[in-house]
Amino acid sequence: MVSSSTLTTKPATTQPGPGEVAALQTVSKRYGSVTALTEVSLTLRAGEVLALLGPNGAGKTTAVSLLLGLARPDKGQVRLFGRAPQELASRVRVGVTLQLSGVPETLTVAEHLQLFASYYPHPLPLVDVLERTGLTGLERRLYGKLSGGQRQRLHLALALVGDPDLLALDEPTTGLDVGSRRALWDGVRGFIAQGKTVLLTTHYLEEADVLADRIVVLNEGRVVAEGTPAAIKERVAGRRVRFVTALPLELIQTLPGVQTVKRDGPATEVRVAEPEPLVRALLELDRTLTGLEVTGIGLEEAFLALTGQREKVAT
Amino acid sequence: MTTEALTTPPVRAKRNPLRIYWLEAKTEFLKAWRLPVYSVFTLAFPLMFYLIFGLTFGGELAGLVDMAAYLLATYGAFGVIGASLFGFGVGLASERGQGWLRLKRASPMPPAAYFSAKIVMALAFSLLVVLGLFLMGLLLFGVRLPALTWASLLGTLLVGALPFCALGMALGYLAGPNSAAAVVNLVYLPMAFASGLWLPLEQLPGFMQRLAPFLPPYHYAQLALGTMGAGLGGPAWLHTAALFGFTVLFLAVALLAYRRDEGRTYG
Repeated sequence: MVSSSTLTTKPATTQPGPGEVAALQTVSKRYGSVTALTEVSLTLRAGEVLALLGPNGAGKTTAVSLLLGLARPDKGQVRLFGRAPQELASRVRVGVTLQLSGVPETLTVAEHLQLFASYYPHPLPLVDVLERTGLTGLERRLYGKLSGGQRQRLHLALALVGDPDLLALDEPTTGLDVGSRRALWDGVRGFIAQGKTVLLTTHYLEEADVLADRIVVLNEGRVVAEGTPAAIKERVAGRRVRFVTALPLELIQTLPGVQTVKRDGPATEVRVAEPEPLVRALLELDRTLTGLEVTGIGLEEAFLALTGQREKVAT
Repeated sequence: MTTEALTTPPVRAKRNPLRIYWLEAKTEFLKAWRLPVYSVFTLAFPLMFYLIFGLTFGGELAGLVDMAAYLLATYGAFGVIGASLFGFGVGLASERGQGWLRLKRASPMPPAAYFSAKIVMALAFSLLVVLGLFLMGLLLFGVRLPALTWASLLGTLLVGALPFCALGMALGYLAGPNSAAAVVNLVYLPMAFASGLWLPLEQLPGFMQRLAPFLPPYHYAQLALGTMGAGLGGPAWLHTAALFGFTVLFLAVALLAYRRDEGRTYG
């Protein structure tokens, strides 16, 4: 008897790999004249928390839109639970929070949750959802009367109520205060603890670091880095050191840990992984050095560093 | 909602489409009912206009029927159009703008549930406003019609909501979330006036009388007036065909606007 495996054609790239929950395969997307994504590939595996990290306009929301079937790619393939993301069988397994500026205000928390629960075959009991999101006691309150943090928790509750296998969170904590952000992280951790899968977009490195197993960094519609939070942090961590000195740039560039050097008016600006050895060396070389300043590198700059578009010495 | 619904864990293995459509329509109605801008405006304005114009012209004849009966048909049409255009158009535009519609689209909600709920809501408000007008006509202006005429007027007025739900949908996709109410008013009020919904068409300037057949409320009002034999005399099938044509046109515009919107909003 011929084994069926000998008859199957070679596994095409369009087949989902083992443990794959969702995938973008060499996906490109344009909106009019704006290129949102260029040949982006990423795979989300069961049980992991993947963070899409990038500055505003990097293409994170477009990537999520494609994965959720809210838009179709111009090129490439999108899979959600091995199917087209528009299919009902995929959608009932996903819970979503999107960037919302509003939800109908004249409905209560319970009314919103009950309606969303009806969309799913195995919804969670409302008491559980309310408890998990800290909304117990607020079920009869109109959405319009909720505080900012409570609203965000309702958005999360709407995503959780269908007991999904995948939770997609698009910028879940943008605009929240520290307390609300921590509470939301706890809610997401509770979900992760059940062995479920999370896709998170954020422009906060801290958020990705706290929640994610793996980070994919997007910039200008391309994947520029991918790895564990520790690996990514190492690559984007760094300090900017500014000072006024007469030392030539060529000399400064040879000092310990220096990545880039440039003159900025009367000041010299150096980017460095660790500032201390550099500062020590500088002070020894130039006793008249003034205006010393050490600051963190902004995330935007870190992304530029990852894309490697900066020249070593710019003047 | 009851405490029982809160504590009993649902044990359904499959979702229940009927329950989705029912809940969607119920929440849509509650949402609008609790929004004074919508509920008060939709219900009070046609009643107020009917009161004012009924008191002014009551007792006069409009063709073969009493003016109060005539205006009952035209303000019924006016009220239903308002409920449909505002309920559908402004609601859709603001939910689109908030990203709420996008979240619903990402959920497993059947898309038809969203739109049918809006239609049900518009019909429910239409029913309320028409019944309110009927009561006012009956009690205040002594309008007397055969039972069958009341019934066919009510039926005609309600079915006639559909083309205007379609127009509301087109406007809801075309207009921005903040400008939608203004855009709807700019379409609604002049169109209602020029179609003879406020005053009988014969009392309007000649150019408006010639313009009216190009406006959907004209055909709608003629059908409503026809139930009491007060129409201008065009055959009912012609008005029905015209309304059907407008519905198809509005749905096509809505579809085009939706496509344009998908590219813009989701960038």
